[in-house]
Amino acid sequence: MVLELHKPRPVWQIMFSTHHTDVGLLYLITSLGFLFLGGALALAIRAELFFPGSQIIADSMTFNRMFTVHGTTLIFLFILPSASAVGNYFVPIMVRYKDMAYPKLNAIAFWMIPPGGALIWLGFADFTWYATPPYSVISAPGPAADMWIFGLKILGVSSILGAINFVVTILKCKHPDMSIGQVPLLAWSFLSSSLIILVALPTFAAALLMLLTDRLGVSGFFNPVLGGDPIAYAHLFWFTFHPEVYVLVIPAIGMMYEIIPRFSRRPIFSHSSGVAAFVILAIVGFSSWAHHMYATGMSFTEKTVFMVGTLAAVPASAMHVFNFLATMWGGRIRFSTPMMWAVGGIALFFSAGAGGVVNSAMPLDFVTHDSYWVVGHFHLFVMGTIAFGTIGYVYYMFPYVTGRMYHEALGKVHFVLAMVGTVMVFFTQHVLGLFGMPRRIYDYPPIPEWVAMNQIATIGAMLIGISMAIWLGNMIYSSGRGREANMEDPFGLGGKYYYPHQQKNPVH
Amino acid sequence: MGEHSNWPEWVYIGVVVALLCWVGAEAWNVERLVEHVPEDAETIKVVGQQWFWTFEHEDGTKEIGELHLETGKAYRFEITSTDVIHSFNIHDYVVLLDAVPGRVNTVWFAPTEAGVYDIQCREYCGLIHYNMRGTLYVEDPT
Repeated sequence: MVLELHKPRPVWQIMFSTHHTDVGLLYLITSLGFLFLGGALALAIRAELFFPGSQIIADSMTFNRMFTVHGTTLIFLFILPSASAVGNYFVPIMVRYKDMAYPKLNAIAFWMIPPGGALIWLGFADFTWYATPPYSVISAPGPAADMWIFGLKILGVSSILGAINFVVTILKCKHPDMSIGQVPLLAWSFLSSSLIILVALPTFAAALLMLLTDRLGVSGFFNPVLGGDPIAYAHLFWFTFHPEVYVLVIPAIGMMYEIIPRFSRRPIFSHSSGVAAFVILAIVGFSSWAHHMYATGMSFTEKTVFMVGTLAAVPASAMHVFNFLATMWGGRIRFSTPMMWAVGGIALFFSAGAGGVVNSAMPLDFVTHDSYWVVGHFHLFVMGTIAFGTIGYVYYMFPYVTGRMYHEALGKVHFVLAMVGTVMVFFTQHVLGLFGMPRRIYDYPPIPEWVAMNQIATIGAMLIGISMAIWLGNMIYSSGRGREANMEDPFGLGGKYYYPHQQKNPVH
Repeated sequence: MGEHSNWPEWVYIGVVVALLCWVGAEAWNVERLVEHVPEDAETIKVVGQQWFWTFEHEDGTKEIGELHLETGKAYRFEITSTDVIHSFNIHDYVVLLDAVPGRVNTVWFAPTEAGVYDIQCREYCGLIHYNMRGTLYVEDPT
């Protein structure tokens, strides 16, 4: 492992490097930067909704642009790159290869992210992260909308390049003595999520081009006035982005598979069950995309098919939860910061999954659809599961990256505040949805229950904001001034057995 | 690894699968009943456009932004849109269906209690989406 900040180098040496840990560091810093930018938008949105009426955001168009960029940023510029950061650091080491299979392609995949992010932020489009047609075709103001489309196009290509690299690294470059079954679960998670990207993403790439030509007026794929069908876009979009949900969540589960056994000081309960669950999720994830579309006027048969397809994905997720709990059972658990984040993430993953079963049941979906329930539901995944797993993992890799330890007590304060905040925001939003509040609204009528629950959610969001500020301070301070880490055993868990990834890769 | 038994995991998976089968079967059955439109349902044509709702009764009466219905009758909404996608929603009666331009979607309900209910748009449709609201007045038949 390269000790990036321990042995300072000029920044351009890291920027123009193709070594996997350098690219990993670039991914990590970029993704965390976008996490704080996107999070700041979320705080502004929550502050606006604290009272009915206009608070801090001048008009609804600005508000609409903010939630659009918030969603786009955190999915494409935080979650995906942060997973790539972890993958870059750990996958080559776990399969015992000197680097990623294609180092230059790796650097190219990273360097497509800043221009993609710049297009999204400078454009600041307003048509939601779903780019809903025909609104996005006939009504959304340019050039913001077109910049968003080009930005997503670039980020999509970057994802595909990264996915090819992970698949080849794991399948073709793993050590000849290592069978595919022996590949650690974190690397397995990257293999399965990369394969999903390769199958799913081209569909959305096509849909984006169709959207662009529709906007230019030379085609009418999604424009009913020209004989098109906006529901076709919904199918193309969700065919990519329901599997993409698993692309986002699977690496976070993989990170938990690294953290839970280490801090429980027991081997994973069942390696093969973890592998099986990843593979099943990667396949079954493709059978559920239209559960996002019950309310578009689908027939009873279609709805039934996609409900069954959705429920079919649940046992595999449940297998992961079982595996985690069975590993912790009887283990000598040390609740260091990474472990706290991983365990919190599992609890929220379970809650999110349970809520998902409710959504997928056809009659109940008509209660929850496009209400705040849905906002709470998917945020329990993206924040509660994915961000929790990722943040835990950033704490976990902190000594390996910087050679120093973070401040443990502040790490725990960060976790407790974020956990309380997450429960306050997103569980409350579930209930708010049951009371009928639609999502994506700038203002709401002063219904007492809505006001109360919005205020609880906003206070929770502010707690998360404070916790993230503590984290940022902790990371910046500790990477320069923190206590030197004991690199043989930074978390004091004892036993070399638990650190297979400590083999050092040569620097180019 | 390998020395422990796997039966707890199989039991657990069995319980999860059984629960899912139950949820799926219940949902299928309820949805089948809910979607069965009574034959004597009156048709109301609903048109969504940026950013208000228009209603047309069977007798040709039109209403904008508000809708007057009677208890004890069943109503069938034929929902469409003239511009972008909206979503017609009477939350208190779990009436929710997208208004899609170029399509007519059908949903029905039978109001049981007289009162005033909110109608809202539940699909993002632009600038004033947040205020694309209407009012449903349910009255007892005179």
